[in-house]
This record gives sequence, structure tokens and C-alpha cells, in this order.
Amino acid sequence: MSSIIEIAGVSKSFGGVKANTDISLTVEEGGITGLIGPNGSGKTTLFNSIVGYHPIDGGSIKFEGQEISKLLVPEIARLGLLRTFQQTRIYSAMNCMENMLISIPHRKLTLRDAFRKNTVEDNEKAEHLLEFVGLSEKRFLRAGSLSFGQQKLLEFAMALMNEPTVLLLDEPTAGINPTLINGLIDRLLRANSEFGITLFIIEHNMRVIMNMAEEIYCLAHGELLASGSPAEIQNDQRVVDAYLGAH
Amino acid sequence: MTRKFYINTALLILTILAPFIFPVWKTQLATLWLFIIVALTWDMTGGQMGYNSLGNIFFYGTGMYVCAIIAIGMYFPFGEWTDASRSETWKFTDSQYFTGLILGSLGAGVFCALCAYILGGLFFGLRGPYFAIGTLGLAIATGEIVSNIDWLGGGQGVSMPIYNGDFETFKNIIYYLFAGLGVSLFIFLNWFYKTRFGAAINAIRDDEEKAEAMGIHTLRYKLITWSISAFFIGVAGAISAFQLIHFEPLETAYQTINLGIFMVVCVLLGGKGTLWGPVIGAFMFHVFKEVTWNYFLGWQWVALGALIVVIVVFFQDGLMGYLQTRFPEWFGIKVVDKDEKEIIAEPAE
Repeated sequence: MSSIIEIAGVSKSFGGVKANTDISLTVEEGGITGLIGPNGSGKTTLFNSIVGYHPIDGGSIKFEGQEISKLLVPEIARLGLLRTFQQTRIYSAMNCMENMLISIPHRKLTLRDAFRKNTVEDNEKAEHLLEFVGLSEKRFLRAGSLSFGQQKLLEFAMALMNEPTVLLLDEPTAGINPTLINGLIDRLLRANSEFGITLFIIEHNMRVIMNMAEEIYCLAHGELLASGSPAEIQNDQRVVDAYLGAH
Repeated sequence: MTRKFYINTALLILTILAPFIFPVWKTQLATLWLFIIVALTWDMTGGQMGYNSLGNIFFYGTGMYVCAIIAIGMYFPFGEWTDASRSETWKFTDSQYFTGLILGSLGAGVFCALCAYILGGLFFGLRGPYFAIGTLGLAIATGEIVSNIDWLGGGQGVSMPIYNGDFETFKNIIYYLFAGLGVSLFIFLNWFYKTRFGAAINAIRDDEEKAEAMGIHTLRYKLITWSISAFFIGVAGAISAFQLIHFEPLETAYQTINLGIFMVVCVLLGGKGTLWGPVIGAFMFHVFKEVTWNYFLGWQWVALGALIVVIVVFFQDGLMGYLQTRFPEWFGIKVVDKDEKEIIAEPAE
């Protein structure tokens, strides 16, 4: 396997707060990589830096060998590097199908295509993916009227609709009831194995991330604290200390 | 042949026959179409895209001036035409009048679309109320600047060419120009909102940051939408210039507090983000305006203010929005049943 995202020496500070200091990590193509760390350790900041949400102070971010740290959010998304949000974001006044249909891969969409209606294939794909996440019955409901957990599933389905190469998931299981979590993990694993999407996941739920990821990075106070396989991370005293507040 | 088809056909026939059924109201009907056009174009950005512009009147005024420059400039030197000390009278022949009318209107539309495309790059950096105030500033400033340029007639404004035929024919021409533009706009929007483009601007309205993160070409869609909207307002302004025969910069062309606000009120009254909302809103507003301006003269602005307060406080979604919440099944909208608390989506094995 080769690395698809290469982050080298990335730093980002907001005023006096150093959110990320000299972070270097790689995400393997086709794998599932985890990113953990206590609250405020800079995980979401790192995600935001990767997807171009804010400029970085220093370092380099490469996606498929291409430097992306200077690109804008939509440009990076069109390369096939997509993110979901910690606070779920969907188009609330539109129904689930409309949410799905507007999430077609925009890298392929020319201006002329935009002036057309959605094709039968688009509709079939949207219905198929809604069925995949278990929202098929709710496809004509307004997205805003769905429960939080369902909105998360919808956001995930929208991301799949976009056919990304890499999907950055910011706490996919946060705020979801335990019954739904198992279903979601199953979907994430299948997205990885069946659709071949590389996953890079921020997760607080240790049970979830330890079972899914092949490689885990742990951040603390904006610095890379440890990295390795789930077993190595679990037995790393520094990680345990960071979570318990001894650091 | 559906019911919808019959209703639309009936409305179209009514539109065509209206000036003969109600000959006395020709001018009012033409104005009604003007309101429908500006309301529909305002709703393209305000209702469908979530960008509430208070400065769309800029395109109306600019359309008037550009049309005048083209229509007059094609046959006479424009600077001398607007010169206050001009003593000779120039008359337009029929062919000069109509070529000026057509080319002037189209030129005004294209110029306004271009303006929107260029200005959009600047103004779409602003969000929410900042966009509203920014565009309002644009309209007010342009009015003030134009009223100080002598070549454009200064504060006096511009007198347009006069039609040689009789006055009733003239009124019919104006009515059909407005109605034709309005019907074309409505048919265009009916198609436009069903395309991916329409869905994309709805997505921008609901959550622009999400739309960007999904790779939607947000700026491109915003610029094109505003340009299309500006094109139609520009043409409407051009037709208004010919209708009014004389216009001046602050009260007619860049009439921020009149038409500039009326178009927003029309949309709010009818319902934002719907196809029929602006049309119905424009109709309701026009009736309200005609009644108060005719029978409660002196109190008309008070009545208008009261109307705005009532809409904003009690009917924020307008008539169509109210109907959609009350009878969602009429519009094919499905919402979660009130009794159904939370449904856990079980994984499909």
C-alpha cells in the first residue's frame, strides 16, 4: 500500500493558541486510519487544515502526491477528498432524495450538465445508497425533520454519493444511540471494503476506533503524541496519561 | 391533459386578453407584470439562493440608462440629446423607435447581466445582512453618482423617444412587452428550478459551507444566478423607461425605497423560495397598493409600513409558506408524523 495523504510538519495557531504544532502523518491508500486525542487536542483543526478550511502556518499537505495546502475547500473536495462535519450538516429544507442528488460528483459536472435534470442513473444510485444506510423509507421527507442520528446517516450517504477517494469523518458516532452505532460501523467498513474508499476517522469512542482502524494517531495539546496499531496505542502509557489528564 | 395544464392555459389566455377585457386598467396591469418580474427575479437570489439583495433596483435603474443610451445614441448624439440647453426637437420615426426599443432592451439586459457577474465577485464575499446592506449601498451610491453626470442628464434625467401612434396602442405595446417578459421569465424559472443548477442554489441557501465542502462550484452558480436575474430586471427597467417616457435618477431609476423595497415585500407576502409565491405576492401587493394609494391617500405609507410589520411578525413564510406548513400534502411535501417520535433506522442486512 502507498500513502494517499502525506502531512509533513503542519502547524496552525489561532492567535496565541497553538492548535497544531509540527504534525506529520500519513494515511494509507485503501485503509482505515484513526485520529484520537482528548478534547481540544487539535484533531478537528487538523481536518480543517487538510480540507483547506483555513490556511496553515507551515508545513505541507499532499493528496495523491499533489500539494493541496494552498487550494480552496471546493477545489479539494472536487479532487476526491471529502469531509463530514462533527455537527452534522445537511440541506435541511430539501428532502433526502434532493440532498442525495445534489451530492453527485461535482468534479465530473460541467456547466452544461448543471443545466440538465438528474438522470435515471443518478436517481437509482441515490435510492440505492439511501437503502444502504437504511433511510429508504424516509427518502421524501424533509432532511431537517429527521432525527440527529438519521441526519448523520444521510450525511454519510451524501458523502458516498460523491464517490470520494478519501473520506474524512469527524466523529461519525457522536450523538448516535448505541443501536445505530453498530449499524453505522458496519456501513463504514463496507464503504471501505466494497467501495474502496480510504477512511480517515476522528473518533472518541475507543471501542469503535480500536476495532476499525489499522493505524491510529494520537494527538495531545496540538502535538503528535503516538502512532501505531490499535494494540500499540492501547498499551502506550503516554496515551493513557493524556486521556486521564496526567499529561 | 392535466388540471395544471388547463389552469396554465386559462391564465395565459387571460394574460393575452386582459388589456381588452379591462381597457381602463392597462397601465395598472402593465405595472402588475413589472412587480411580478422584479419579485420573481428577487426571489432567484433571495428565496432560492439565500442571498437577500436590497440593491436589485440597481439593475432596474442601470437598465433604464443603458437602454436610453442605446436607443437614442443609435440615431442622435446622446450628449446633445440630454443637454438642458438643447433647442431643436428631434423626432423618432417608427422604425427608429422600435429598433431602439428592442436593441435598447436587450442591450440593457446584457449590460446588467455583465454588471452582476463582475459585481458578484465583490459582493458574494459578503454573507447575510452584510450582503443586503452592501447591495443597498451600491444602488444608493450609483443613483447619486448618475445624478451628477451631465452627459446622463444629471438630476433632470432623460426623456425617452415618443411613440408616433395613438396612446392606446402605445399602452398595449408596453403591456405586452411586460407580460411577454414576465411569462418568459416564469417559464424559464419553472424549468430552471428543476435542473441540477436549481438544486445547487437551494443547497447554497440551506448550508453554503456544506455545499463548498461537497465540491459544489458555489461562486460560479451564485454569479450566474445573479446575472440571469439582473438580465431580466435590466430588460424590465428598459421597458419602464419607454413606458414612463421621462425618468430621473433618484426617484424613478434608482428608486431604492419604492420599487427596491416593493419587490422584497411582494416576495415576503407571497412566500420566499417558491415559484408561485412571488407571483401571488406581487398580485396581492399591487391590489393593496392601488387601494391604499387611491382611497387612503396620505395614509398609504403608514398602511404599507403596517403591512410589512404584520408580514414580518406573523407571516414570515408568506402565503405559500403558510399553505405549505398547513397543507404540506398539497405540495407533495412529506413531514414526519406528529405521533411518531423517533424511528431508529435499522441496518439493512
